[in-house]
Amino acid sequence: MSALADLINLDLSDSTDQIIAEYIWIGGSGLDMRSKARTLSGPVKDPSELPKWNYDGSSTGQAPGDDSEVILYPQAIFKDPFRRGNNILVMCDAYTPAGEPIPTNKRHAAAKIFSDPNVVAEVTWYGIEQEYTLLQKDIKWPVGWPVGGFPGPQGPYYCGVGADKAFGRDIVDSHYKACLYAGINVSGTNGEVMPGQWEFQVGPTVGIAAADQVWVARYILERITELAGVVLSLDPKPIPGDWNGAGAHTNYSTKSMREDGGYEVIKKAIEKLGLRHKEHIAAYGEGNERRLTGKHETADINTFLWGVANRGASIRVGRDTEKDGKGYFEDRRPASNMDPYTVTSMIAESTILWKP
Amino acid sequence: MAQILAASPTCQMRVPKHSSSSVITNKLWSSVVLKQKKQSSNKLRGFRVFALQSDNSTVNRVETLLNLDTKPYSDRIIAEYIWIGGSGIDLRSKSRTIEKPVEDPSELPKWNYDGSSTGQAPGEDSEVILYPQAIFRDPFRGGNNILVICDTWTPAGEPIPTNKRARAAEIFSNKKVTGEVPWFGIEQEYTLLQQNVKWPLGWPVGAFPGPQGPYYCGVGADKIWGRDISDAHYKACLYAGINISGTNGEVMPGQWEFQVGPSVGIDAGDHVWCARYLLERITEQAGVVLTLDPKPIEGDWNGAGCHTNYSTKSMREEGGFEVIKKAILNLSLRHKEHISAYGEGNERRLTGKHETASIDQFSWGVANRGCSIRVGRDTEAKGKGYLEDRRPASNMDPYIVTSLLAETTLLWEPTLEAEALAAQKLSLNV
Repeated sequence: MSALADLINLDLSDSTDQIIAEYIWIGGSGLDMRSKARTLSGPVKDPSELPKWNYDGSSTGQAPGDDSEVILYPQAIFKDPFRRGNNILVMCDAYTPAGEPIPTNKRHAAAKIFSDPNVVAEVTWYGIEQEYTLLQKDIKWPVGWPVGGFPGPQGPYYCGVGADKAFGRDIVDSHYKACLYAGINVSGTNGEVMPGQWEFQVGPTVGIAAADQVWVARYILERITELAGVVLSLDPKPIPGDWNGAGAHTNYSTKSMREDGGYEVIKKAIEKLGLRHKEHIAAYGEGNERRLTGKHETADINTFLWGVANRGASIRVGRDTEKDGKGYFEDRRPASNMDPYTVTSMIAESTILWKP
Repeated sequence: MAQILAASPTCQMRVPKHSSSSVITNKLWSSVVLKQKKQSSNKLRGFRVFALQSDNSTVNRVETLLNLDTKPYSDRIIAEYIWIGGSGIDLRSKSRTIEKPVEDPSELPKWNYDGSSTGQAPGEDSEVILYPQAIFRDPFRGGNNILVICDTWTPAGEPIPTNKRARAAEIFSNKKVTGEVPWFGIEQEYTLLQQNVKWPLGWPVGAFPGPQGPYYCGVGADKIWGRDISDAHYKACLYAGINISGTNGEVMPGQWEFQVGPSVGIDAGDHVWCARYLLERITEQAGVVLTLDPKPIEGDWNGAGCHTNYSTKSMREEGGFEVIKKAILNLSLRHKEHISAYGEGNERRLTGKHETASIDQFSWGVANRGCSIRVGRDTEAKGKGYLEDRRPASNMDPYIVTSLLAETTLLWEPTLEAEALAAQKLSLNV
């Protein structure tokens, strides 16, 4: 066993310049992540130095068997916290051999929006609060919950500490350091209201990078849970009943919102979002109707409501922002299984590009 | 009978092989590894996730990530903000990334949290603001990462009702108090319980161990249970910068004590709360439940207290014993006020038995553990020293207790008649 450990932790930089690049992409469900590794002849700094690659799309529900190649375009590089050294993780998106984005590739359209000069000028910042639930392997019941039963009701678990209140902290803490190491802009973590549920935040990050980082953070989290023998769930309502769901609240601001007089810009932006509530909700994650009930710190899915410091609203504006007259707002509608490419670009589109 | 360090399954706590050899930041604490037997997965009741060794004997890499030293790659540090929740005894925390290492709490940003999830704010106006007050080194994350003790305020800048630190800070900045340099030594007792059954660690489930006698400061697998937690906590506190002065096994089996002090003024409260946080993080990792209940088991079993040793400059100088007696006089006249602030459920503990004084009676004595206030033989012999208030329960709030002691002995004055009557009753010639 120790021989295996020695091999996994072998530092190659003494013996070779070669590095290992793990290419990561999103599979056919829009939420499943896939990856495979290849050797490169030397360290790289920029995605443009990396070769395009391809994979068997018929095995991921993304191509027919008789024309199965899907092409991977490298888009963002991060340091590999598992292999360390000069080894890297590469976030990719998926194209047909003819150069068209395949239908599940949401990054391509987002990149277009984020390169629109009006959007670029506004320097859109995103802070994404990814909630997730840890489940016991094989039985799919949350970690720490007695099998066949329930823990005591919610109350003691939010930011809780103690063996009867916090389940799975090692995963959260190792994920935090792994992301910092990888170069992901992780800004914090906390235990959530439902026991076995946790949250990490990525941001503030500009434009398309926000979504790249959230996807790679999700990948690292799933690698860690794999190691720990626990199952990661991004389902927005893993346990029905009087238990909180899981969301991916998206905090957002533009240059104008952050400057003096920004509060008026924020209010206008929120108004526009209100006019496109249905379109946004449709893109904010499958199964969100099980979560957005109006209870458990959510607003009902059919209602658009905003308020200061109000956690039962669709959009919450912080007290700081109201007081300073500038800042940011929080869209509380996205579910934990949302696609950050879709959500971030849609918010930018609705607030900057769209005219009602 | 196998030595029980924690609830079943049998576990060992061991330090991972690759400890950092950094000279400056001696990482005295590493993540606890729970080594599970392969067949124990069927018997797992509450599934606990630690750095597991997986069944097919491959390497555990979560541990490597937990111990990752990020300093060579990033200046950024992780700050764990800690606060007291709505019950006044539950601790909460969440972490955030800070751009570079800090020395002083004033360099840290205020933060906020969802008060509606901790019983401290309504849902439609849920933000509660965290003000950083004290920094300690994080023994779990190592490096330059920190723990931050905070207190809680409304957005308008008022302390919320459960924030007891604000008032204590006011008392401790009063000139009469600062001039007397109040020292506190707090003896925190606590009980360890087996998870899921909530029965003390080491006790046979559904039954009792032999009566009290052999356990106090005991040694041996039939007398001491949970020493690894006490020892790990001791080092973690020293690493963190908490002024921990000692530990011992207590009279009831499965019960322990640590002492923090002597600390000056408000520091005492900050250090005790941070020490409690470290203890709960460690028990979390060990799969054991911490309780600060003052009488965890009814009957002929000791309760858990938080004796508070106290002295002022005048008490520590020549003639101090007279100052101590005057302080005891003041305390005797405010017995009810103190008792009501000394912890919920204390009436189950202060019965007059098991080394306590009855809750309704104020008494004092030299070397007498059955009194409300005990003065050590040393202090009597030298004519100066300190007093020990034995009334506070293990679940007391140290901000309240320390500031109340200072207030009653330094800022409050009884009427002359009351003073004279009390002096007579207690035979105190002051």
